[in-house]
Amino acid sequence: MSRLVFSRKPARFAAARLAGSLMPGRGASVGPLSLEPDETLPLPTREWVRLNPRLAGICGSDLALVDGSAAAYFDPLVSYPFTPGHEVVADVEGTDRRVVVVPVLSCITRGITPVCHACEHGAIHLCERVAFGHLEPGLQTGFCADTGGGWSREMIAHPSQLVDVPDDMDDEAAVLIEPTACAVHAAQRYTGKETVIIGAGTLGLLTLAAITATRDRDRTGPVIVTARYAEQKRLAKELGADIVCATDELPRWVRSATSSLVFGDQLTCGAPHVIDCVGSSDSLQQALQVVAPGGEVQVVGMPGNVSLELTSLWHRETAIRGCYAYTRPDFDTAIDLVRRFDLGRMVSATYSLKDYTDAIAHAAQAGRRGAVKIAFDMRDTRSN
Amino acid sequence: MGRPGFVHEVDRSTPPVLFWRGENFSLEKLPAGRSRVIYPPEPLPALKDIDGAIRHALLNPHDRDPLPALLFPGMKLTIAFDDVSLPLPKMRRPDIRQRVIEAVLDLAAAAGVDDVHLIAALGLHRRMHEYELRHALGDRIYDAFHPRGMLYQHDAEDPDNLSIIGTTDHGEVLEINKRAADSDLVVYVNINSVSMDGGWKSITTGLASYKCLSHHHTGETLQNTKSLMGDRKHSALHTSIWRLGKVLEDHGPKLFQIETTLNTDMFPDPYGFINKREWEWTARDRATFLGVSKGLALMPVKARRKMFFNIESPHQMTSVQAGETEAVHKITLEHVYRQQLVTVEGQTDILTLGIPYVCPYNPDGVMNPILVMCMGLGYLFNMYRNKPLVREGGVIIMTHPTYRDFNPVHHPSYIDFFEQVLPDTTDPVVMGQKWEKQFAEDEWYRHLYRTGNAYHGVHPFYAWYWGAHGQQHAGKVIIVGGDPATVRRLGFTPASTMDDAFEIASDVVGRTPTVTHLHVPSLLVADVQ
Repeated sequence: MSRLVFSRKPARFAAARLAGSLMPGRGASVGPLSLEPDETLPLPTREWVRLNPRLAGICGSDLALVDGSAAAYFDPLVSYPFTPGHEVVADVEGTDRRVVVVPVLSCITRGITPVCHACEHGAIHLCERVAFGHLEPGLQTGFCADTGGGWSREMIAHPSQLVDVPDDMDDEAAVLIEPTACAVHAAQRYTGKETVIIGAGTLGLLTLAAITATRDRDRTGPVIVTARYAEQKRLAKELGADIVCATDELPRWVRSATSSLVFGDQLTCGAPHVIDCVGSSDSLQQALQVVAPGGEVQVVGMPGNVSLELTSLWHRETAIRGCYAYTRPDFDTAIDLVRRFDLGRMVSATYSLKDYTDAIAHAAQAGRRGAVKIAFDMRDTRSN
Repeated sequence: MGRPGFVHEVDRSTPPVLFWRGENFSLEKLPAGRSRVIYPPEPLPALKDIDGAIRHALLNPHDRDPLPALLFPGMKLTIAFDDVSLPLPKMRRPDIRQRVIEAVLDLAAAAGVDDVHLIAALGLHRRMHEYELRHALGDRIYDAFHPRGMLYQHDAEDPDNLSIIGTTDHGEVLEINKRAADSDLVVYVNINSVSMDGGWKSITTGLASYKCLSHHHTGETLQNTKSLMGDRKHSALHTSIWRLGKVLEDHGPKLFQIETTLNTDMFPDPYGFINKREWEWTARDRATFLGVSKGLALMPVKARRKMFFNIESPHQMTSVQAGETEAVHKITLEHVYRQQLVTVEGQTDILTLGIPYVCPYNPDGVMNPILVMCMGLGYLFNMYRNKPLVREGGVIIMTHPTYRDFNPVHHPSYIDFFEQVLPDTTDPVVMGQKWEKQFAEDEWYRHLYRTGNAYHGVHPFYAWYWGAHGQQHAGKVIIVGGDPATVRRLGFTPASTMDDAFEIASDVVGRTPTVTHLHVPSLLVADVQ
């Protein structure tokens, strides 16, 4: 038994949804995720390679899936049964290469020619053929029945998805490269003016690091980060936040930092750039409360079904803009960032696949338990 | 005639002593053989004919012509009066301010003066609500003056209505309310609850601008104010204010100071037990205490606040004097000390203080954590003459729930101060240099101060500075019963019980420290020999 499989089982999905609503992460024990025997996946074409995952992270989107809270939007973008896990550092079978995976399944991985307009321009994350081609639908590796995922001892990948890990970088650091690439992508919209990052989980902290890497603190507006737990606050300070505050303190900090007045709960000024790394109704509503007129709320954390009062968006001409994944070059920047900020230390605990319910419970309560990133460790269960 | 103040040496037969704990009380047993409790003098008798005494004061002032001689038709008369911060609790109607101002208005009317403005001397305090103005002045005055725009509240941020009177030889700029500055006569009506108030402080703070106040309301000045309630020479604050007073006297409008003193009959029945010495509690007092404290414990905190703020105190006037500011104030201080002074021998290792639900900066509001600090280290610690009740490096133990709770209407900048300034520093000098300007000049706070009922943006700094001397003097400050995280944010140490507090204090003062408990209420000034 060496891979975790997510199957289409509506009753279990409903049970996961209920359990997850009562206790985050509890969907793992009652839902459609199960430990299954190894399976050798067929290679879609001869150029595809087999990978043996070493470490695979548990991400917020994985948790939403396990707890049954992922949006129905994803239904046509996944194919069952699939093995989750898209934050992967793995060995390429039959070689001495150690790689991380760019999980986006773009035109080239799907054998689609000519490639779509987005892929042609390198914007693989915006691929216009994401559910088509010779692969079953799959938003990414880790959501596709044909590719497998990182929560296993074996998966497959297209060579275009592989990024070599530098020899001097350990696996813990390498497994942070993929989420760091997301953060690098998000930080590309950094303006140098007052910036708010809502949430100091993995994505929030990595986005902060990516921004810190590009800014001159003496010449840019403050970066304000909301954090709930002590360890998150400590890390946020360490990674370059000018102000770290509790969620309920954010409007007052932004008001002070931007010399704003207030009407109702709405700041008259605000931060031109607000990065929401949580993606909940509350976080998005707060983002709209503190964003400047004409400013932008960048949604980095995956939102589900949210409910928002959008009058201020209309009235103040603010924008809500999604921020999904990355491009291939973002991985090169991410490798530098991981090294510069020693981001491997954020891997707080690793679990074997058989302890997946504990691992997912830990990941779901990471902040409260003083942790950041939880990962599965397949290194000691290798058959070779 | 009430009994004088009293220092009770605690022995084994001494019953537990009453401590305020915000909107409730507790009874605490103090260590026998090395503790003492300072009780204030009992309330002095009130003046028998209050209105007669007021009229007498106006007609027989000190070092000034009688008020009628200063009044003439066509003149500009401004009557300024102390705001809602005094007295505490609010007094039963009619308030002294009403009685004094009605007498002044009668004389003004008789003299044919019709250009009369009444100004609440707020300084940087919050604007009073209508019901508070009506309580202080009475409906007759309010209805006669307010609708005509002749009763209003000082605005320390209104550049069009401020006027510079002059500058002291220390470079302190005296800038006050323009109407007052341009008046032919300014009558200031004081309630002198404590010896710190009155004198030149009345106009130079109550009608001053932020620029003017910022000269002496600083961390350094308050650290060097070693005697807030005693000898002015040892108060850097009062020294500065008296310099400004000299400028006001030489270059300002003609002044007619009226000062009044109150007795310390502060709580009516059923709260009468609060004023009493515990060993004199009757069975009825004990039953009342039990009923009140148990009942309060069951009530939501908002209901408790409402109940306490509804109390109207029976305290009454013990003196009224009028005339030239310094001459009047000298007499006032004699009356204040006559009511409040208690001779105490020497200092102790520990000072214990019960912090009540109210201080001068939260009438009808919330005693937020910064005000707990201000009340304990700024006011109660400073209730001494000569030297503090606790030795330098000793421990101050306060009892208060110290919840993280703020009134957002009254104290908006206090919330930011708690969240932004205190995590950075609790040092009054450092915060003054690093943070004060940002708060003082914040446009939003200015707007709320000028148009709402908010204290000025800088006010939490002033409240904090008020405790600067106590903070510097004490080796440790412990709060019993406070929310631990909030207490730590203040830079203090939380303790669950009084016994725990003594245990924690032993690191600083050893295992057999001497203890002084300042009985609150009523107001007293310990004359420490």
